[in-house]
Amino acid sequence: MGALLENFDLLWRAFLTTLWIATAAGVLSFAWGVTLAAFRVSPIGPLRSFATAYVNIIRNTPLTLLFLFLVTASPQLLGLVVPLGIPMAILAMTLYTSTFVCEAVRSGINSVGVGQAEAARSVGLTFVQSLSTVVLPQAFRSVVPPLINVYIAHIKNTSVAAGFATTELTAIANRLSNGNPGDVIGIFFGVGLAYLVMTVPLSVAAENLESKVAVAR
Amino acid sequence: MSEKQQVLYDIPGPKAIVRDKLYTVIFSIVILGAIAWFAFDAYRRGIFDDRWQVLWAGDKGFSGLEVWQRLLWDGLILGTMKAVVIAVPIVVVFALMLTIARQAPTRWVRYPAYGFTHIFRGIPVLLIIYFGVLALNLSPLWAVVLGLVVYNTAVVAEILRAGIAALPSGQREAGLSIGLTPLQTMMRIQLPQAVRIMLPALISQIVVLLKDTSLGFIIAYVELLTVTKNLYNFFGNSSVVPLILAAAVIYIGVNMAVSRLATWLEGRMRHSSAGAKPAAAPTQAGGAPAV
Repeated sequence: MGALLENFDLLWRAFLTTLWIATAAGVLSFAWGVTLAAFRVSPIGPLRSFATAYVNIIRNTPLTLLFLFLVTASPQLLGLVVPLGIPMAILAMTLYTSTFVCEAVRSGINSVGVGQAEAARSVGLTFVQSLSTVVLPQAFRSVVPPLINVYIAHIKNTSVAAGFATTELTAIANRLSNGNPGDVIGIFFGVGLAYLVMTVPLSVAAENLESKVAVAR
Repeated sequence: MSEKQQVLYDIPGPKAIVRDKLYTVIFSIVILGAIAWFAFDAYRRGIFDDRWQVLWAGDKGFSGLEVWQRLLWDGLILGTMKAVVIAVPIVVVFALMLTIARQAPTRWVRYPAYGFTHIFRGIPVLLIIYFGVLALNLSPLWAVVLGLVVYNTAVVAEILRAGIAALPSGQREAGLSIGLTPLQTMMRIQLPQAVRIMLPALISQIVVLLKDTSLGFIIAYVELLTVTKNLYNFFGNSSVVPLILAAAVIYIGVNMAVSRLATWLEGRMRHSSAGAKPAAAPTQAGGAPAV
């Protein structure tokens, strides 16, 4: 534990790096993921095919391979050179997490019965009204718990950036352990705790929400 | 347009059909145009030269067959799949034990089990793998297996818990009322049904586990990505694109096959549970792995 306290500023900066990657990529992947979900339920064929292909390809590719692709293949194939470190981490995480956001949102929308929307229309609500007062509130309920789980995984996945020249929490755990071989357990304990600070509130919230939703149905 | 009616839209009338057709044409052109532009741009950078030969004719004294042998045998089978095949049975056993512990009547058993699931669902697999290498001095293979086992045990236990929660409470009550102990009720009535309900989710978890083996790349465990890297380092910079794309195709193919299996099972189970035999099958489904 001693090595960790001595290097507390390093750990703190690494924590902020992890938090920054998770937040920035989290917001971007939410926007892109909802867009993809809209594509996937849209009546326009080409958009549906595009989103389906994108989601199926990226979801079945390991995140590590996505990073490796951006490092090595993308400059030659796409002429796209992404700066190593935080920008690359944010891009890779966004591309990856958005597919899971898309699937969570899509299955939430599909879980609302068609009859609900029909009933809303038959009592004379407009498209916007039926969407905002009938369909989305119900979809929201079944989207949020799985979405929280997606974001828990997202926060942990930021650790993959440690393998690609980003000094975030996992990289710091590795570096400090190499410098202080006697203190490895303390270091990992501390870094693990730093991750739990971010993830446990979310997983508890997911569980509570789940039971609330279960009552409401 | 779509076969199934969506919640969000009315069945299109004549105007909407015309509009949708127009959009279909416009977006087809946009998407195909983008693909063509990327292809042309890649062509200008000379991507369609003889670099792809490495995948079928080979290079530097290697035949194409040997390249694929490296990727599929050394990488996929002896690296990625080896870790998966070692980790999955351990996960199954531990997750069942954890699930039973979480339903235990004594809180001294229940609380630690609850803590384990919450803590290890929230810690990155890579951190656990590094811990295995640095603190426990494990070999890369066993460090990867450790990371996969710890994380997936927590997740699978959580899936099974949700499955048990989804059962009607009459199932447990019936078990207890015919004189089974709580443990017997769990093993013979609740778990077999929970495993059955959650089988699709459990198989999807195998896809997650399979993808996580690629974290071994970061600690130099020899799996598909490490083999790919060794190959493009050997063949030189121009072989990067073909080899990375080959690795991606292998991962996507394997994972899609596993997901297909999950969908197939889901459909099959929906059929069989509609029939009159749910009493016989669950015992079979859960009986074997419940140690």
